[in-house]
Amino acid sequence: MAQPVTLPRTLKYSIFSLARNAVTFHEHWPLAWRSPPPKPRYDAIVIGGGGHGLATAYYLAKEHGIANVAVVEKGWLGGGNTGRNTTIVRSNYHLDPNAHFYELSMKLWETLSHELNFNVMYSARGVLNLLHAPAEVDAAMRRGNAMRLNGIDATYLTREQVAARVPRLDCSAHARFPILGGLLQPRGGTVRHDAVAWGYARAADALGVDILQQCEVTAIRVADGAVTGVETTRGAIAAPRVGLAVAGHSSQVAALAGLRLPIESHVLQAMVSEPVKPVLDTVVTSGAVHFYISQSDKGELVMGGDLDFYNSYAQRGNLPIVEHVVGACLALFPSFGRLKLLRTWGGIMDMTMDGSPIIATLPVKGLTMTGGWCYGGFKATPASGFLHAYTMARGEPHALNAAFTLERFAQGRVIDEKGAGPYAWSH
Amino acid sequence: MTVPRKPAPAQPFRLPHGGAIDRSQPLRFRFDGCDHDGFAGDTLASALLANGVHLVGRSFKYHRPRGIVAAGAEEPNALVQLDTGARTEPNVRATTIELYDGLVAASQNRWPSLRLDAGALASAVSRLLPAGFYYKTFMWPASPRGWRFYEHWIRRAAGLGVGASASDPGRYAHRHAHCDVLVVGAGPAGLAAARAAAASGARVIVCDEEREPGGRLRGVAGASVDGTSAPAWLAAVGRELAAHPQVTMLARTTAFGYYDHNLVGLVERCPGAASEHLRERVWHVRARRVVLATGAHERPIAYAGNDLPGTLLAGAARAYVERFAVRPGRRAVVFTNNDTAHAAALVLHAAGVEIAAIVDVRPDTALVGHWPGQARAARLPILAGSVVEQARGRLHVRGVDVASRDSGARCAITCDLVCVSGGWNPAVHLHSQARGTLRYDDALATFVPAAAAQAVASAGAANGCDGLAAALAEGHAAGLAAAAALDLVAVTPPPAPAATVATTGPLEACWSIPARSRGAPSFVDWQNDVTTADVALAVREGYTSVEHLKRYTTLGMGTDQGKTANVVGLALLAQLLNRPVQSIGTTTFRPPYTPVTLGAVAGHEAGPFLEPTRRSALHDWHAAHGARFVTAGLWLRPHSYPRPGETPDDAANREARNVRTNAGIVDVSTLGKIELQGRDVATLLDRVYVNRFDNLAVGRCRYGLMLRDDGIVQDDGTVSRIAPTHYLVTTTTVNAVRVMQQLEYLIQVEWPELDVYATSVTEQWCAAALSGPKSRAILARIVDIDVASAAVPFLAITRCTVNTPAGAVPARLLRVSYSGELAFELHVPADQGPAMWEAVLAAGEDLGIMAYGTEAMSTLRIEKGHIVVGAEADGRTTADDLGMGKLVNAGKWCIGKPLLSREALVAPDRWQLVGLTADEPAVPIPRGAKLVADPDRAAPNPMLGHVTSWCWSPNLDAWIALALLDNGRARHGTTLWAVSPLADARVRVRVGPPAFVDPDGERLRG
Amino acid sequence: MLLIPCPWCGPRNQIEFSYGGDATVRRPPLDAPMEAWTDYVYLRDNPRGPHDELWLHAAGCRRWVVVRRDTRTHEIAGSAAAGPGPAGAGRVIDASGGPPAEAA
Repeated sequence: MAQPVTLPRTLKYSIFSLARNAVTFHEHWPLAWRSPPPKPRYDAIVIGGGGHGLATAYYLAKEHGIANVAVVEKGWLGGGNTGRNTTIVRSNYHLDPNAHFYELSMKLWETLSHELNFNVMYSARGVLNLLHAPAEVDAAMRRGNAMRLNGIDATYLTREQVAARVPRLDCSAHARFPILGGLLQPRGGTVRHDAVAWGYARAADALGVDILQQCEVTAIRVADGAVTGVETTRGAIAAPRVGLAVAGHSSQVAALAGLRLPIESHVLQAMVSEPVKPVLDTVVTSGAVHFYISQSDKGELVMGGDLDFYNSYAQRGNLPIVEHVVGACLALFPSFGRLKLLRTWGGIMDMTMDGSPIIATLPVKGLTMTGGWCYGGFKATPASGFLHAYTMARGEPHALNAAFTLERFAQGRVIDEKGAGPYAWSH
Repeated sequence: MTVPRKPAPAQPFRLPHGGAIDRSQPLRFRFDGCDHDGFAGDTLASALLANGVHLVGRSFKYHRPRGIVAAGAEEPNALVQLDTGARTEPNVRATTIELYDGLVAASQNRWPSLRLDAGALASAVSRLLPAGFYYKTFMWPASPRGWRFYEHWIRRAAGLGVGASASDPGRYAHRHAHCDVLVVGAGPAGLAAARAAAASGARVIVCDEEREPGGRLRGVAGASVDGTSAPAWLAAVGRELAAHPQVTMLARTTAFGYYDHNLVGLVERCPGAASEHLRERVWHVRARRVVLATGAHERPIAYAGNDLPGTLLAGAARAYVERFAVRPGRRAVVFTNNDTAHAAALVLHAAGVEIAAIVDVRPDTALVGHWPGQARAARLPILAGSVVEQARGRLHVRGVDVASRDSGARCAITCDLVCVSGGWNPAVHLHSQARGTLRYDDALATFVPAAAAQAVASAGAANGCDGLAAALAEGHAAGLAAAAALDLVAVTPPPAPAATVATTGPLEACWSIPARSRGAPSFVDWQNDVTTADVALAVREGYTSVEHLKRYTTLGMGTDQGKTANVVGLALLAQLLNRPVQSIGTTTFRPPYTPVTLGAVAGHEAGPFLEPTRRSALHDWHAAHGARFVTAGLWLRPHSYPRPGETPDDAANREARNVRTNAGIVDVSTLGKIELQGRDVATLLDRVYVNRFDNLAVGRCRYGLMLRDDGIVQDDGTVSRIAPTHYLVTTTTVNAVRVMQQLEYLIQVEWPELDVYATSVTEQWCAAALSGPKSRAILARIVDIDVASAAVPFLAITRCTVNTPAGAVPARLLRVSYSGELAFELHVPADQGPAMWEAVLAAGEDLGIMAYGTEAMSTLRIEKGHIVVGAEADGRTTADDLGMGKLVNAGKWCIGKPLLSREALVAPDRWQLVGLTADEPAVPIPRGAKLVADPDRAAPNPMLGHVTSWCWSPNLDAWIALALLDNGRARHGTTLWAVSPLADARVRVRVGPPAFVDPDGERLRG
Repeated sequence: MLLIPCPWCGPRNQIEFSYGGDATVRRPPLDAPMEAWTDYVYLRDNPRGPHDELWLHAAGCRRWVVVRRDTRTHEIAGSAAAGPGPAGAGRVIDASGGPPAEAA
């Protein structure tokens, strides 16, 4: 298939362009993005063509006027965790750095479809944390109060209010984990994950960013303590700035620059049921049973739970966790027993030693990273790209990612939302 | 269900004889409110076809009328709502439902009726709804909630079937099994493999998703194996294996997932509908070797109108005749690119179905195989080098337009049945789940297994091998090889089952036929309404990787996971990109192979059995005395013991007040208890705790604080020296397991030279704390030792016996206090706990003793300023933050100590433990309150700290709290606001030291 | 589900074990500089390939074992006692025909 080398006519998406193209049987839609050959030199290289890398490139071009950017992706864009998560977005965090960071992301989600002219289907259906024990209620209210004082929406729901909002929940007193109440973030919800990668790719491409798929970085070039470019399976590419956006493989890519990270890679499974007519219009999570669930617009119940609890780069998990997640589902939603498990899959999580991300400059000049997402990467995508772009462009962090440094561990400034300590798989 | 209409004429399409059905067992069932008849041995699909019912559902996106196309698990269209009420089951494939008497099923995704479906309007405007159209629109108005408006309607339109609203009454179980050889699939290859492996002495499990073994060979009267007819051979081998002591035959059992280290998940459907009956069972089979004889799925060819009801896969049409004695139509057009459809045509012809034409894309010269020859001999009209361009009809196919590939000449053929075959795709799902690689085979025009990554081999059609004889031979060889790999060899290897070899001509790859009229949809994925135009659009827009194609068009993402669609879609993608299919690859095959009931996946570990519930030895006493229970981790603990007319909080206040005035007893059995013995216990303790224990005298206890490697407080408890080389350590309830594991690690791995043995005795001992000014007097009445302060000073541990009506109970007596009062802990063997507990209560009755729960215990420790790990020590606090910096012994190393000196851990802006008292007694400190200087400041309002524990102090008549506060120790005497925006509550609080009662500890030493 | 070879009990299901992370990190000598301590607590090689890792046979013999497992495929090459092993220190049992792990 011939690839136009020049920028394609970028056609605005709308019901009108859809109708116009219907007349011609949709045979004239332009490419969503080009697949250009690599140039020998760029002003910046972003390693990783997932949501974070594409968002970084987009904001580099849009916010900082650095459009001569290459996004280097070893596989196909959006092929990592961007397309493997349970699509939940929220900013219901306790600690200030997390709260302010994820709230920036929420604000960007709210306008992203229009920003990108690509419907990412931000669905503010609410994220509800179920609370099963008095100590959980205490902690949730402490967190909810912190959210409100930080200007983030949060409300406490009584058991009756929870039952009214999610009728299929077993709110009876004899449930194994009786529901005492819930903490709701009304603006929380879901976003269509693939659309985020594709929307950022299309918008970045339109601003002149080169997206290089099937192009794996094999080496990071460093001279006099400063990064000078990368070597790839499609040749060497020079650039004074290189940003890593390769969550899941951050340790591997950072090692190309001789760095060790406070990160372990673990597999997290997700699964969907067969599609059924609407039964659940809120994202429901339970910390006590390690479970979260929502219903996609297609009707599938999208579920997840704990890590598999061993280091892994295999995008596949094992049965015990699947069985526990489904068991948790049926403990909370007994009427789902005859629905069927349709598909399970796994993604690779960057599990940091304090459960919070790293969006920072690295000890090599010009080298930056955004990663270390643990479970939280998808909802962070816009803010991660926005702040990583800022950090790449300015060579120093923005106020909102100043706390997410690599040095915080040695300094004792960890951001441990759970208080779980330096054990990667416990976050 | 609606009122049944008059029963249709009985099974007009049922053949007078043949088929693997039991005509002596007629069954009555109901579909969409209309009663029909069938026979035992039918599936719902075969019974519906026997009654001439083809239209059974509406497609997901365009709501197009759809009929039954397959005869097995790969069915994309015929999804029905089975049963009603709590037992209703959405999206069940009619082709896999065994018919039973009184079965009730209904079509899905249509309104008001299947024939007149309002949703079909989507079909009318389908040109506005190409692949991914929703990414391009629904963005107006530009409001954060804009999408919610469209979503509401889209969600209602989507979703296929309806889930039950009541709890599932079904029962499910799990079972673990081990075997030498697991054979998946009991078709010819699988049976041959199982037989060979068993003959070699292997323990074999054979599973097959169908009701009986045989696979595609079932009902094939024409074929013969080892000189007998295929059905007779199947029956004989089935009996032989079922009787074999080393073989387990599992029917109705689907291997759904292939996991690490040769663990294969099976789900067994147990016949019988009653709810008390076991419904499904999941097997975890750990097999030393696995043989995959999973067969193949026939694939369609895309052409305009190829989704009309009356369109069947050729092999399925044949199966309905041979297995179920059902004619799927009266006049058929067979459209194929390979020989197998010719065999199918002959079967249909023999069954009285008029073959209007066999339309074969291949030129006449390529029709050299056995079956085309037979078809010619039977005078079946063959149109070689021709294609079906489009099918006509509305709710059922009425005819097709056929075109010659070279002359272009066209003709219309009337028919009510189109049998299509584009070739066969090996069911490589499990092979791929086991990380095996695939190879594109040009001769078969499909992907076949290449290298296996685990102890597994594929055989028969699953391995791309062609024909019965080859399948039998390959299966036999695979069975012998699997056994041989385990050093199991038959003394006299049995001969391979033999069948006559039928020559086959080459298949010609054919994926789609260009539509004559632009915009006439040719379907690739029936269930998700993905057309050839959608694939082209995806490529045009740059969604050119297989994953992009799948996600952008939803190809293969339906409940059938694209079993009939995927390879066609990939081939079309390859054509459009002008690249070999091999280079395109496939999407990853994910478990499960076919959808598995959630109830079966969870098995027993659902509802009340999701996690164990832990109860102390005194639980029954608590329950019998009106305890209100509260969960603490997996434990149930008494919150308080409300009396008639008392709220739980009233009760807790009464209990707390009584401890300070009289005495109380609380169950502390849930605390972790670890016994340490050996010469070097003190050395270990000195390395694990911040404070010293080498100088702890025998018979004494000491509070101990434990850090994580990063210097943050991990746990606390008491350490008691029972004998020179014998210690008892208590941990918090939540950390009992973690601390035990850590001690075992240190003893076994890091410091094996230490002579220390650790044993968890949490469950072995029942522990109760007796506190209050009158506790000593009460204790003196029931123990056999002097408990005066001189004999049992503060922080002493000693042995004693408790005199109870049930006899003398040996006990450990610790003089430790959590309440801040004079207090003792009694540890007795768990089974004697109730006797001890009741003896203490009896002894203290006249002195006003009361049992108290965790709430009063919490109140007392807050008044005293004792911390709780999890509240004050929240995983972010240091010993110094908690005011216990002095505890960290300067003279020795301990775990976590080196990192304690990191800059941020010694900075002045640490949050430190303080006590808070509400300014106005009437205003409670809100739950989960944060501390701010100005409660009215607009967000973001900087938080100086937060309340960690709070209570109404019945002894101070004030709301008090413990809190972590920025540089808190420097703020004693100042006031702040404790606020809860969630509760819209606030109160001014005064900061002070974290001790409200007896700060100097005279009471507990008294 | 992983099949983990316990040097004491033989091959057992993963659900009997709890994970202990990278077995190659070593507590520094007590007089080591701060950097050595923070590296020990926080930094990991996180290899993509063979990984020597700790598992506690919690529902079995309650021994800590070192398992060499490939993080790409989950294949286990072998295991050994994390401390002094049964029948002498560092006994290795071979899990899947792969190369045995050295004694930990």
